[in-house]
Amino acid sequence: MINATGLELTARAIGEAVGEGSVRDTIFFRDQATLDVRPEDVHRILSHLRDDADERFDVLASLHGCDYFPHEPRLAVHYQLLSTERGERLGVRTRLTVEQAETTGVPTVCDLFPTADFQEKEVFDFFGVRFEGHEDLRRLHMPEDYEGHAQRRDFPMGGEPVLYTFNEHKVPRWYE
Amino acid sequence: MSSPGLGTPYRRREESVTLERMEAPLAGTQVESDAELFTINMGPHHPATHGVLRLLCTLEGEVVRDVTPLIGYVHTGIEKSCEDQQYWKVIPFVERMDYLAYYFNAYAFCAAVERLLDEQVPPRAQYLRVAHMELNRIASHLFWLGTSALDLGAITVLWWALRDRDMILDLFEMSGGQRLHPRYFQVGGVIEDIPPGWARKCLDFVAQMRTRIDQYEALLNENPILLERLRGVGVVSQDRLKQLGVTGPLLRASGDPWDLRKTIPYSSYEDFEFRIPVGTVGDHYDRYRVRIAEMRESLKIIEQAVEGIPEGPFITTNRKVALPPRHELATSMEALIHHFKLVTEGFRVPPGEIYEAIESPRGELGCFVLADGSSKPARVHMRDPSFINLQCLHDMAEGELIADLIAGIAMLDPILGGIDR
Repeated sequence: MINATGLELTARAIGEAVGEGSVRDTIFFRDQATLDVRPEDVHRILSHLRDDADERFDVLASLHGCDYFPHEPRLAVHYQLLSTERGERLGVRTRLTVEQAETTGVPTVCDLFPTADFQEKEVFDFFGVRFEGHEDLRRLHMPEDYEGHAQRRDFPMGGEPVLYTFNEHKVPRWYE
Repeated sequence: MSSPGLGTPYRRREESVTLERMEAPLAGTQVESDAELFTINMGPHHPATHGVLRLLCTLEGEVVRDVTPLIGYVHTGIEKSCEDQQYWKVIPFVERMDYLAYYFNAYAFCAAVERLLDEQVPPRAQYLRVAHMELNRIASHLFWLGTSALDLGAITVLWWALRDRDMILDLFEMSGGQRLHPRYFQVGGVIEDIPPGWARKCLDFVAQMRTRIDQYEALLNENPILLERLRGVGVVSQDRLKQLGVTGPLLRASGDPWDLRKTIPYSSYEDFEFRIPVGTVGDHYDRYRVRIAEMRESLKIIEQAVEGIPEGPFITTNRKVALPPRHELATSMEALIHHFKLVTEGFRVPPGEIYEAIESPRGELGCFVLADGSSKPARVHMRDPSFINLQCLHDMAEGELIADLIAGIAMLDPILGGIDR
């Protein structure tokens, strides 16, 4: 497991390799190490972590979205890296505002880790984060014509009317 | 073609069929007859897709040229629903994601919350959890074995496998009160100690299951139909599997002994002696053999866990997290208050975020929990192995016959409840 010192060293190495200020923060909580990085540098940082001889995080175990509402910046994408050589995990997270997520978004990492394909689609579906450069960014679980992003904290739970014959004229915009 | 399966009589017979007559152009027309691709939908309602999985297949005759899984047909928004539940009420929700490996889902969530709370689980609870998880692993693999054999045309195995799975469900019923989704694991331990006689019954099952696995292997290992359908089919290289994030028996069948129970042990798995079965070729047959061998190793773990179970409490004694014993409520005001607080409000979890990963029957099952300091989680995400593993179906099935696609789905062992959540 990475310790707090190792996390700081990794953060400094990334700062040198990718650029000053690319790592915004380091979090060491309950033996789990997480780097908070700038959204635009995600691809270069993950590529450094994958290929650098000292890091060698060869597997992207998980990629998921998160909503920190009411804190700003609200949305986040988490990357859980795994080094199968050393059995170490490292979390990388990038936080971005709703505007950022819907306009510039985050660079895709599908070329580095093909496993990100489905998971980036899932994050796009549920949180509305754009993945710049993703070949086929579309909704994965929800229907293609669905409006809104269901996992955001301000998205209401339930209350979506089900269309039956008895209420089809009352449900709003049933004719569309 | 160097694949060993392609030289079998079945293959040759299949390949001897040509579409020459059908492809011949009608008199007086000019048609390019070569390589006509057509696209068909398989699913969402198809018995061989193990649930509501829809596959968009591009075929050239009988050969699969492309396959795209389309999912979301059983998306029920469990992750969203979890955000509206107190921590201890989330457990029944997450159990319903991967509905054949419910103990694993519950464990991943409980372990993440325990990490957030910095709560220690007593050794007895850890051993009980291990015994139940390994029983669940066998139950899940048995269900996989039965349905996969059914896909390949062998009905007998389904009845045999479900008969044996029933014995495991009896054990679950005895300890947790339910056969499926028992909510036995709680934050801090397990809900109840095992009843008298459970250990005896469990060891009886282990002894019986050993001979049952022998029977399965005698029936299937050298079965000519099975060999023709599985051997040399669907080979995906180890590097490609790692790139695709595939874990579990699929990765181990390609020869990589990656198992979180060994590499990053949790819940005192380091106390037990067991081995990690690996394959050599990485074809469907290896995937079958690895899972069968895993059942044997699980039996070893269950035996060690049940025989070596330590004395002590079965759930943490921290009254802020775990319910007080029922009998205390009659005599202790404090216990009554704790009980009332836990049942009405639930416990609060300090802010933080945790990703906890365990080895489920299908691979790495990760649970991400974000706590905001209240008694409800702000985000629960399951990294479900079926969801990630599904991405390698394309690599498995491309260029193979459509019958091999069915075998591929069977060997992938996808659980649609886990994929769509």
